[in-house]
Amino acid sequence: MNNALIIGQYVPGESFVHRLDPRTKITVIFFFVFIVFLANSVISYSVLIVFALASMFTTRIQIRYILKGLTPVWFLIVFTFLLHLIVTNKGTVLIDIFGFSIYSGALIQGFAISIRFFLLILVTSLLTLTTTPIEITDAIEDMLHPLKRIRFPVHELALMMSISLRFIPTLMQETDKISKAQASRGVDFRTGPLRDRVKAVVPLLVPLFVSAFKRAEELAMAMEARGYQGGEGRTKLRELILGKRDYMVFILFIIVTALLFLTRNY
Amino acid sequence: MRNKIVEFRNVSFRYGEEQPWVLKNCSFEIYENEAIAIIGHNGSGKSTIAKLMNGLLFPQEGEIIINNRPVTQDSIWEIRKDVGMVFQNPDNQFVGTTVQDDVAFGMENRGIERDEMVRRINDTLSAVGMQEYRLTEPHKLSGGQKQRVAIASVLAIFPQVLILDEATAMLDPRGRTEIMKTVTNVQEKRNLSLITITHDLQEVVEAERVIVMNAGEVWDEAAPRDIFAKKAELRKIGLDIPFVAALSDELWKAGVPINNEALNHEELLEELWISHSIT
Repeated sequence: MNNALIIGQYVPGESFVHRLDPRTKITVIFFFVFIVFLANSVISYSVLIVFALASMFTTRIQIRYILKGLTPVWFLIVFTFLLHLIVTNKGTVLIDIFGFSIYSGALIQGFAISIRFFLLILVTSLLTLTTTPIEITDAIEDMLHPLKRIRFPVHELALMMSISLRFIPTLMQETDKISKAQASRGVDFRTGPLRDRVKAVVPLLVPLFVSAFKRAEELAMAMEARGYQGGEGRTKLRELILGKRDYMVFILFIIVTALLFLTRNY
Repeated sequence: MRNKIVEFRNVSFRYGEEQPWVLKNCSFEIYENEAIAIIGHNGSGKSTIAKLMNGLLFPQEGEIIINNRPVTQDSIWEIRKDVGMVFQNPDNQFVGTTVQDDVAFGMENRGIERDEMVRRINDTLSAVGMQEYRLTEPHKLSGGQKQRVAIASVLAIFPQVLILDEATAMLDPRGRTEIMKTVTNVQEKRNLSLITITHDLQEVVEAERVIVMNAGEVWDEAAPRDIFAKKAELRKIGLDIPFVAALSDELWKAGVPINNEALNHEELLEELWISHSIT
């Protein structure tokens, strides 16, 4: 039960990466996604790989755990690799099987694309592994702040996100309770043909929705009673402060980017 | 003479034009530092009174005055600073992702500086005995603990009136005593009027004055002891007498010479000792 209540895949920790400002992490990852596409040589790829692996090791999360989180993606990586192998026809023919020719260019291309893919997913998953959802919400609210000028409801969006995060465990506990209550009344969730099992979800969802609406109404009333009147003039308890280590990371990332540009085409 | 803090002047309320009146011409006053209980069975209008007091609803007729300020659309934000409310469902009033975030919510709404917030969080959480749960998430707390956090978050804005709207109704007996203890403790230390809205007569015992609601009208207004003297009438309007009061009544009927209305176990015991030593 408790295990299922962990939202996302956050692994608590005190590592350097954990303690970075979430805005730093989001910014670096955002730009990393772009520079991955700039690499085009063995050395430039190595620069990226070294950066990604180094970040991975500094999180101090078990490598096995990180890789396990990537399992659904392995299939995609292998699939793209094979696709490139079949479709690309550059370079010399390496092997010829049943009329399919595998070219040397295809092999290189396939490798390059798979590595890109792997790096992208590894680095983005490091964000969710080392940052709590609420930190990410705070960071997003802060970074989208300029959009307020064009009347984009930044504060409302962030509040919605944080309330949903707060209610996920509550609703999960409730789902558990309702499913037990319905099971005791003879609803069978586990056996029978698929169609029946899908149908069995209805008596689960209807009470859940009804209670969610009731909760929403009561929560709105409670928030109003506690003086909530929108984002205007609000102060915040949770603060984001850029520290020394954040500047260090920015500088490091600029160096990595510069190195990448220098080693392109080599 | 104590100052009036809440005053209802001939208040009538209904939820819609076609709906029946929920409150009919209600008038009463509540004073500074007073502990009041409002009781009544379901649908007697007691929860509506709570919502009217901090401007979640507005009366169709009559006037409500809080701290010398009539409750109107323009004054509600000021009034909500003076009147704090704890609702029935512990889950549906917990806004923050952790205990300290929840206590901060009301203060954030009022633009209080961060340093001040941190100080008040520590103060109020220790007042309700929850300081070691500062970083705990709501789903790891019991109902009673959540309600204590709700009380802390109300106290953090220094209200003059604290309304508990059936705040113990969804708790187990232990959570209930937890809350009652916390509340009495807090009320002694801070200057605030306490309004307990309940249908559980046991909680009324602690109050200085009881307002009994029936079918939208103020049925009676008196000290708990005097209220419990009217057992037959209370039963008629759907309220249960606390066990001890019922027991002493039965004892009296059975010929045990006890003369005072006992409100709790100690008082009843005392009465029995007295009657025992006389006979």
